[in-house]
Amino acid sequence: MPVDILMPALSPTMEEGKLSKWLKKEGDKVTSGDVLAEIETDKATMEVEAVDEGTLGKILVPEGTDNVKVNAVIAVLLGDGESADAADAAPAASPAAPTPPDMEEEPAKNVEPEKSAASVPAAPKAEIAADPDIPAGTEMVSTTVREALRDAMAEEMRRDPNVFIMGEEVAEYQGAYKITQGLLDEFGPRRVVDTPITEHGFAGVGVGAAMTGLRPIVEFMTFNFAMQAIDQIINSAAKTLYMSGGQMGAPMVFRGPSGAAARVAAQHSQCYAAWYSHIPGLKVVMPYTAADAKGLLKAAIRDPNPVIFLENEILYGHSFDVPKLDDFVLPIGKARIHKTGKDVTLVSFGIGMNYTVKAEMELAKLGIDAEIIDLRTIRPMDIPTVIESVKKTGRCVTIEEGYPQSSVGTEIATRVMQQAFDYLDAPILTIAGKDVPMPYAANLEKLALPNVQEIVDAVKAVTYTA
Amino acid sequence: MATRAKKSPARSAQTSAIKAPKPIQFSKDQELEAYRHMLLIRRFEEKAGQLYGMGFIGGFCHLYIGQEAVVTGMQLSLKEGDQVITGYRDHGHMLACGMSPRGVMAELTGRRGGLSKGKGGSMHMFSKEKHFYGGHGIVGAQVSLGTGLAFANRYRDNGNVSLAYFGDGAANQGQVYESFNMASLWKLPVVYIIENNRYAMGTSVSRASAETDFSKRGISFNIPGIQVDGMDVRAVKAAGDEATAWARSGKGPMILEMQTYRYRGHSMSDPAKYRTKDEVQKMRSDHDPIEQVKHRLVENGWSTEDDLKKIDKDVRDIVADAADFAQSDPEPDASELYTDILL
Repeated sequence: MPVDILMPALSPTMEEGKLSKWLKKEGDKVTSGDVLAEIETDKATMEVEAVDEGTLGKILVPEGTDNVKVNAVIAVLLGDGESADAADAAPAASPAAPTPPDMEEEPAKNVEPEKSAASVPAAPKAEIAADPDIPAGTEMVSTTVREALRDAMAEEMRRDPNVFIMGEEVAEYQGAYKITQGLLDEFGPRRVVDTPITEHGFAGVGVGAAMTGLRPIVEFMTFNFAMQAIDQIINSAAKTLYMSGGQMGAPMVFRGPSGAAARVAAQHSQCYAAWYSHIPGLKVVMPYTAADAKGLLKAAIRDPNPVIFLENEILYGHSFDVPKLDDFVLPIGKARIHKTGKDVTLVSFGIGMNYTVKAEMELAKLGIDAEIIDLRTIRPMDIPTVIESVKKTGRCVTIEEGYPQSSVGTEIATRVMQQAFDYLDAPILTIAGKDVPMPYAANLEKLALPNVQEIVDAVKAVTYTA
Repeated sequence: MATRAKKSPARSAQTSAIKAPKPIQFSKDQELEAYRHMLLIRRFEEKAGQLYGMGFIGGFCHLYIGQEAVVTGMQLSLKEGDQVITGYRDHGHMLACGMSPRGVMAELTGRRGGLSKGKGGSMHMFSKEKHFYGGHGIVGAQVSLGTGLAFANRYRDNGNVSLAYFGDGAANQGQVYESFNMASLWKLPVVYIIENNRYAMGTSVSRASAETDFSKRGISFNIPGIQVDGMDVRAVKAAGDEATAWARSGKGPMILEMQTYRYRGHSMSDPAKYRTKDEVQKMRSDHDPIEQVKHRLVENGWSTEDDLKKIDKDVRDIVADAADFAQSDPEPDASELYTDILL
């Protein structure tokens, strides 16, 4: 049967082109890969190669023809023993044919795209369990965030031999911030792996290992250095599950301190919560208390998805009560009501909670009863808990250290505005770090960060008590 | 091409460059297997090019035509469980790994029967079953990931080796050297295969690389390298045997520079003005990997033209079936938009 040779598209956007030159003539033998013709678009001249073998039976579009539509039949190829008569029987195609004849003949092959623009399916809503009950009488142990993180990793490494940790100074040095203290002694160098200073490379090594089903914990000395690795985190770890149609993903944790420490200036002081929260395929956790740090890190290590676990250098040394339980795991994606109140909803997370808790005490002195929500997880974000609170208080202020534009707070404000507009009695105010790189000088650094007074003033403004 | 490695006097002066092993002689069965595999890739890619021209395949489409001997020869050196990972020019690797031509082609056309359910496309396909870890669109990313596959092999002590393929262009990325360092430091079982097809998109090797002998790229990391005639499937297999044995035995990584050539443009929309037609034609007529095998099969009296035509027909049938499937299979259901983002 004669084979139609069609005008090819050179890019998904090409609609027509010029058939500038035939390099084979009627009657020529053609084999796969032979250049048949040259076509020209506004961008380039390209060669048309033969895919099938045979004899060039008939040229239907002479060279020099302009505006030949993509998929128009430009020639007919004859098989062994076929004559040009057969070619005559082939549908003669006008260069301007709007629909490719080949496709008309085989309608089953030309599947229409779903008419779906108007009916984008709704994003699924995941049900997230509440925190586990802590049995009455459970002993509470004062623990630093540093110890809680270490305990979480040690417990999970004892539970699952596929869990290992890699990063700079995690083993022999016992951790740049001593988060991995003692792990090398207990688990050995196979599972506690010191890496060279090679963030991009070892992040990729971690993702590759995770793709085979291992459970790496990749420690970044700080998330500032993870900027060198952000391609592997986003393009490889976050997207592989989707790109593979669910065949494989990256069950792993990227963890380390994020945000400002003290006096380390612009390159070492920024919060990555908003950055990573932008990415589908990631979970983003940023705990404040030691109990949350422990319970959520254990959950992150068990999670089959890549989890960004943002810690804070200043919080490492803070102590909180942690329940003494064999296996204390908290749900990722659930906010925690740190303190109930009725006058205003304060939403914060991580180090932002430090300012928020202090501000709440000042507000209490003014007779304002604030509710504090510790978001704990930035993605997926527990907006229902925030909405419920706002329905009660009618007012909302968000607090974080990150930059103000496209911040976590602006995301919260948008969603509350969309989902609880009628309940709001005042605009939502967002407190964030100032819109500047972090300065070094002590006085400027202090100005660049949020402060308690800003929160108090914001609450006064939204409660009209200023 | 076949003798280029031997002609390079600079190479022998380097301590960590290894002399290319002599191409091994293939048995009749090996020649036929190689012929069949390479022909499948060639015909598949030609068909993909055609479907792209017809608008069935969108986006980018990077064809492997000309480079078939590299994956085909390397695959003959692998054991069950060995992993393969590569960049965006990946259709040949997937077919060599035994992934279904229907699944690959239907992914190219973005249909539900595609290997990634139509959500990955040409550059992003995977197969847990065939130990193929993608298909990566970020140049060089697969080198760190492939090193991670080897890390997992050593962690599990499973005796497997990972093959990380990348091009002469990717060979200039920073993370490649970060990975070389870790792989050598930790003696990871990985073979780095640099497919030097002479052009990184439109930039020739000599315009982009200070050291154009890619087998030397591991010298600073104590990684030995071999320059291989990547157009001769037997030379590839010989080097592949040596490198996989080296990595498997716990000696760490090895680099294989495959000197090869792509006949087509970088992608479908590349007019390839950066090289002459004569250059392409000379490679096709003098070094074609498939013609070399075909010639030996006939010369040795192992196959008649009719025998080979029968193989050609079988391969064409497989490709035609894949193309039919890829055009008739429905697009993914709209509900797939939100699946496979998180587990």
